[in-house]
Amino acid sequence: MRTRTTTRIGQYAALLAYLVFLAFPFLWLLSTAFKSPRELGSLHPTWIPRHPTLDNFRQAFDEQPLLHAALNSLLAAAGAAIVAVLVATPLAYVMARRRTGLTRAATGWVIVSQAFPLVLVIIPLFLVLKNLRLINSLAGLTLVYVVWALPFALWMLAGYVRAVPAEVEEAAAVDGAGRARTLISVVAPLLAPGIVATGLFAFVTAWNEFFFALVLLKTPEKQTLPVVLTHFIGAEGVADLGPLSAAAFLATLPSLVVFAIVQRRITGGMLTGAVKN
Amino acid sequence: MRGRLIGLLVLTLLLAGCTSGGAARDGRITLRFQSLAWQEESVQANKELVKEWNASHPDVNVEYVQGSWDSVHDQLLTSFEGGEAPDIIHDASDDLADFAYGGYLADLSDLLPARLKSGIPPHSWDTTTFGDGVYGVPFLQEPRVLIANATWLKRAAVRIPTAQHPWSWPEFRKITEQLSGNGKYGVAWPLKEPVSATLNLSLSTGGELFHRGADGKVKVRFEAADQVVPRTIHDQANTDHSASPTTLGSGGSDTLPGFFGGKYAMVPLGFSYRQQIVQQAPKGFDWQVLPAPAGADGPTQGVSPQTLSIAQDSKHKKEAAEFIDFLLRPRNMVRLALGDWMLPTGTQALKDPALRTAENGWATGTALAAQLRSAPAQSVRGYPEWKDKVATPAFQEYYSGAIGLDELRHRLENDGNLVLARYQR
Repeated sequence: MRTRTTTRIGQYAALLAYLVFLAFPFLWLLSTAFKSPRELGSLHPTWIPRHPTLDNFRQAFDEQPLLHAALNSLLAAAGAAIVAVLVATPLAYVMARRRTGLTRAATGWVIVSQAFPLVLVIIPLFLVLKNLRLINSLAGLTLVYVVWALPFALWMLAGYVRAVPAEVEEAAAVDGAGRARTLISVVAPLLAPGIVATGLFAFVTAWNEFFFALVLLKTPEKQTLPVVLTHFIGAEGVADLGPLSAAAFLATLPSLVVFAIVQRRITGGMLTGAVKN
Repeated sequence: MRGRLIGLLVLTLLLAGCTSGGAARDGRITLRFQSLAWQEESVQANKELVKEWNASHPDVNVEYVQGSWDSVHDQLLTSFEGGEAPDIIHDASDDLADFAYGGYLADLSDLLPARLKSGIPPHSWDTTTFGDGVYGVPFLQEPRVLIANATWLKRAAVRIPTAQHPWSWPEFRKITEQLSGNGKYGVAWPLKEPVSATLNLSLSTGGELFHRGADGKVKVRFEAADQVVPRTIHDQANTDHSASPTTLGSGGSDTLPGFFGGKYAMVPLGFSYRQQIVQQAPKGFDWQVLPAPAGADGPTQGVSPQTLSIAQDSKHKKEAAEFIDFLLRPRNMVRLALGDWMLPTGTQALKDPALRTAENGWATGTALAAQLRSAPAQSVRGYPEWKDKVATPAFQEYYSGAIGLDELRHRLENDGNLVLARYQR
């Protein structure tokens, strides 16, 4: 009994340490965003700003088109997430349920494609998109994000599909449901947490992505938030720390809000009780 | 309903992506000017100048595009390869060599007007001359200076150096030792990028490091003149304990809190750091700008000026050159220099009273301008790889005391020349 309590305390301590590790950069960013330049230069920095100021936010909005860039990011990230999920869901179902040479090859491709470094693909990709007249276009960028997110989305969704017991589908068939009805009314709701998690992954990946956006978008009105954030950084890595922190803090908010809204869907455990063993 | 919403979003997305800026509208020429200006005043100065140009040149519209220092090389390389580069390119001279040799930049020799050519001294043009061509207009530069705690220096009663009578390297070492003790240091070297700092300052002692032979090939030779600056820094950090060992891997901004907090008497920084110091220094903090120490060759040091270039693929090179000429008229060059807290290269601009004031150390920097030379590695092919793979770790280990001078020389010369040889076959 005593050992179990000690173990539990240890688990909670480890969890707390992990939470602190994760939260530290974000809280420091938040703190920095509200500090004046003078306080940023202090030898003894404090967690709570001594003289909180909104000047960094004002300066960030004055200097850079943050809202417009955020809208561009939102369009690209939401578009990529939706298209990636729409494409990946049926493919993942086939990959998980059908064991053929083709699906095995597809799984291999998914794994291999994860190993491609960005610099290897960027110039050919640039030329292909240029021929398709998709340079400097959010549609082109979204297409790239879809392709980039697809392998991992497929792999992730296939795992969710495998977790749905085949007996559920067999039961639906016994009850007279056709293949389409089974997929739409039985499998899809059970896959909902996986679809949401995959969509979220694609959204966050695209929302944070920098290099493709930097290279593929030319005009300022098309630039996404991560690209605009680099405008607060000068030569030799010197940064306008206050406005950069303020802008970076605002840039993290959408991801946090989306996570907060859908986290219950991800961890809902909708399969509980689906099958009696 | 949900399906319709998704459809609407996708449609909006596609429509948003389909509109793209054209190169020409209504027969007017449109030039894209990619600027790397990033500080509030600097961005404002650039945008104002573009606005003034557009108001006075209705047939040639300049579109201001903001780039980023952080990623400019990769971004430009991809744009050049894809034929989508901006017409006018803001960069730094040490980033131009590969683009110039690669044929991506236009040779400006015959494009620039005589006024602009003669207004910038030859040693500045050297920084953008590769082979027989000129591939950029150098327009802003910054020497490395010592930012000093004036009260501390006054209290220690040390001789205050001037641009005419700078400290020698041995004198500098002695003074930093005198200023140190009780957990405080005479100097904090921010050497996150140790190679360019060391090489540029070594010009003052006659260090060249890269020697071009009769066959045109470059070889590294780490000779006595090259060793003065590295040895001074090494001894300050490891023998005298007059340089903070903890800042050797830091960036310039990282040393400022310790400087303001009275831990370091001096910090060697780029001239433009003064803006951060003005913004961040505690009220009443008395600071001053001092010239970097000098060697046998005086206070000479290497710089890699900011540049304006024209893409080889630009269809309107003549108009782009005219815009550069407008942007770099003496008065405009002063505005850009003030915005970036740097020195202009133009001799006329350097005479402007706004850059001759003692306030915030402007006069000290201006007095050093004539001694600024092309950074030693400027035109050496393979320098980036030599720097990243060989020189940076070697200097970092030497400054931290992990290796000695012989090992440093061995790595810079033996390992380094193997790297350079691959680029010079």
